[in-house]
Amino acid sequence: MTMEQMDILLNGDEAAAWAAKDVHVDVVAAYPITPQTIVVEKFSEFVANGIVQTEFVSVESEHSALSACVGAAAAGARAFTATAANGLQLMNEILYIASSLRQPIVMAIANRAPSGPINIHNDHTDAMNVRDAGWIMLFAENTQEVYDTIIQAYKIAEDPNVLLPVMVCYDGFLISHTAERIKVFKDPKDVAEFLGGPRKIPKIELMGKEVELSLNPENPLPLTFGPLDLYDYYFEHKRQQSEAMQHAYAVIEKVNEEYAKFSGRKYGNGRVVPYRLDDAEIAIVLMGSTAGTARYVIDELRDEGIKIGELRVRSFRPFPYMDLERYLKNVKVVGVFDRAQDQGMQGGPLFLETRAALYDLASHPKVVNFVFGLGGRDMPPELLRTTMDELIAIKEGKKPVFNRKYIGVRE
Amino acid sequence: MSSTKPGWKEIPIAGIPFKSALEYKTGTWRSFKPIIDDKKCVRCLLCWLYCPDDSFIIKWSEDGKRPKQVLVNYEYCKGCGICSTVCPTKAITMIPEGEEQ
Amino acid sequence: MIEQKWRPNLFELAKKPSLFTSGHRLCSGCAAGTIVRMVMMALPNPKRTIIANATGCLEVASTIFPYTAWKLPWIHNAFENAAATASGIEAAFKALKRKGLWKKDIPDIIAFGGDGGTYDIGLQALSGAIERGHDFTWILYDNEAYMNTGIQRSGSTPFAAATTTSPAGKVIPGKMEWKKPIGFIIAAHMNAYVATANPFYWQDLMKKVRKAVLYKGPSFLHVISTCNRGWRFDPSQSMIVSKLATDTCLHPLWEFDPETRTYSLTDRSLYIAKHPDQKLPVERYLETQGRFRHLFKPERRDDLIKEIQERVDKEWEYLLKLTGFS
Repeated sequence: MTMEQMDILLNGDEAAAWAAKDVHVDVVAAYPITPQTIVVEKFSEFVANGIVQTEFVSVESEHSALSACVGAAAAGARAFTATAANGLQLMNEILYIASSLRQPIVMAIANRAPSGPINIHNDHTDAMNVRDAGWIMLFAENTQEVYDTIIQAYKIAEDPNVLLPVMVCYDGFLISHTAERIKVFKDPKDVAEFLGGPRKIPKIELMGKEVELSLNPENPLPLTFGPLDLYDYYFEHKRQQSEAMQHAYAVIEKVNEEYAKFSGRKYGNGRVVPYRLDDAEIAIVLMGSTAGTARYVIDELRDEGIKIGELRVRSFRPFPYMDLERYLKNVKVVGVFDRAQDQGMQGGPLFLETRAALYDLASHPKVVNFVFGLGGRDMPPELLRTTMDELIAIKEGKKPVFNRKYIGVRE
Repeated sequence: MSSTKPGWKEIPIAGIPFKSALEYKTGTWRSFKPIIDDKKCVRCLLCWLYCPDDSFIIKWSEDGKRPKQVLVNYEYCKGCGICSTVCPTKAITMIPEGEEQ
Repeated sequence: MIEQKWRPNLFELAKKPSLFTSGHRLCSGCAAGTIVRMVMMALPNPKRTIIANATGCLEVASTIFPYTAWKLPWIHNAFENAAATASGIEAAFKALKRKGLWKKDIPDIIAFGGDGGTYDIGLQALSGAIERGHDFTWILYDNEAYMNTGIQRSGSTPFAAATTTSPAGKVIPGKMEWKKPIGFIIAAHMNAYVATANPFYWQDLMKKVRKAVLYKGPSFLHVISTCNRGWRFDPSQSMIVSKLATDTCLHPLWEFDPETRTYSLTDRSLYIAKHPDQKLPVERYLETQGRFRHLFKPERRDDLIKEIQERVDKEWEYLLKLTGFS
């Protein structure tokens, strides 16, 4: 039975703040940066109006924002932060530390092109830059999904088999500043119930005693977090982290199912969202808000008799390589869209991982890459249509396969 | 790679140390050894206070009010000699390790 | 006025369990070990105290996996963010308490940072945390260079000291800039209890630790921490050198009360203020350490020694003015 919900007009940033409110996080430590700023502003309003009992730490930098979240989470709190681009880059050092300390922090990211030259608009280069920092990375397509995914993220992060931080990414301005009518839970208590009440601190066994994995001074043994870990054990700890990421693969799906029962909304299997792929000969793979525009073009092409579909990647970390195999095994040509710049000459990160995921298939499809939309450059349906025409030409053998093409840049 | 060390499934997650530093005996570092002359020692405990390594053992009187004797804990003493310089009665001498009687 | 009547008693302290144990791997004779032990002894609520530690010698040497020398909850996050980490811990307990999820008093939070983590890379996060008014105590153990990476110059390295990045060369005789006045910088935030301390003057140090922890708001304790490896002297001389730092007025002992906005001298420095003949010349301090050897050999650099003495005199005069002595 789904819980009672109400319609409300929110933009992506407000939806992120609204989700953090409904989760009723204990600590928010954040620093404003365009296009994430509204998250911080909106949450400050909730605090100022006494709607939440959250402690809001208005830190002096993004580095301190995540550092404070690490301290708060280690102390047993549910912690939330949000950032974008340069802010995320400033946090970089602490991203690795948060994941290695296994702190289930959730961070909203309004994806923005990193400087320089300085730009405030959307691309995914900021998130791609930190793709191996040990965080689960979920990409939302619209405002509703931002709200839903942040709630889901806490359940994923706090799963005792996972205990990893989660980034919820959404396109700067395109989602962060676009108001949409979405559904939110009428009573935040329902969200608390979905999450199983306040944060449960995991237990570990230490020197023969069961202790909370926290800085709790009441612990039977005090814990030391963040020791010097050299060649004797560092590798084992990293191995544990990848095991946790492995667990996340299944937990994301499970939480997506549970959330569907609770909300009535479901995002594919949680990791990927397929669209008209059943008989498809051509598929596109992409993340974020462009997926909606692409479906519009796909519908047009389907009307023309072209067997084309879409696979939207929702979980970039863990990377859903098995889902890609499953959904794309009968496809002839795959076009992967990276809204991120790569410097490796071959193609963008989503492309490289997609092609690698499909390589082991007995007859793998041809996979090509389109890099688009850097710094917020628009990707209108007409432009998307030209890329799909190229995929059709490749399928028909009229055009050669390529690695990477820039779409929408002036020559 | 030593096989005596536990594997990744056996150690706590999050990099939490699972042993006390007390299991690590720093006494092996020592090249000079403090010797306390019990007759000169006035049990002021300044050696214990200033010791960076908490390497003194204090024996208390039966009523627990006064220190009866101060001993060096050679398991941890690194032989820095701070105790010998802060001792007000010069009761502690540093001798080369291994040359004691 | 911040009042604290507590007077440490050695016999009582010696009966308490050690919260920072033997088996840590700080260098032989490292004053940081002495300082941390003294801080632990002075804690008003050892059963509900949490420590955040910036990257540095202390952090590295006390927690070499799988060992830990800490008997209190302890967290090391990174180099520059111990103050932000402490902010997060404090915020967590405040929120949990407000929600009824934490029933006891909010734990005391102590942060340890070296001079790198305080003067330089950590200054932004520290200033931010103090400005926000978090209730925590920052303890700076100041060994006047980046010792953990092998004696490189920091914003705290004193004038003329040789380090591996400010070596005493044929043209440049060591570091040519003066030490950053960190205590005044923190005091200028106007909301923190600030004090300097010296482990040789242990009672003064312990009293200030207790005051700092009990003060409702941010506190900052600047403790001089001799480093025999970096300063080049025999490890046994650790406390002797430490004592000279205060007796020459290079590291005077004072405190700042943010409520009354007054500075006052304490312990040995108060005594020197009242008995100016007890103030030792800086040379007595400089000659104990190899990092200043080029001031004496191969030829005596009277010009530099004089420059240092004049600077110390000027700063001491300034402090006397601040504390109402002149």
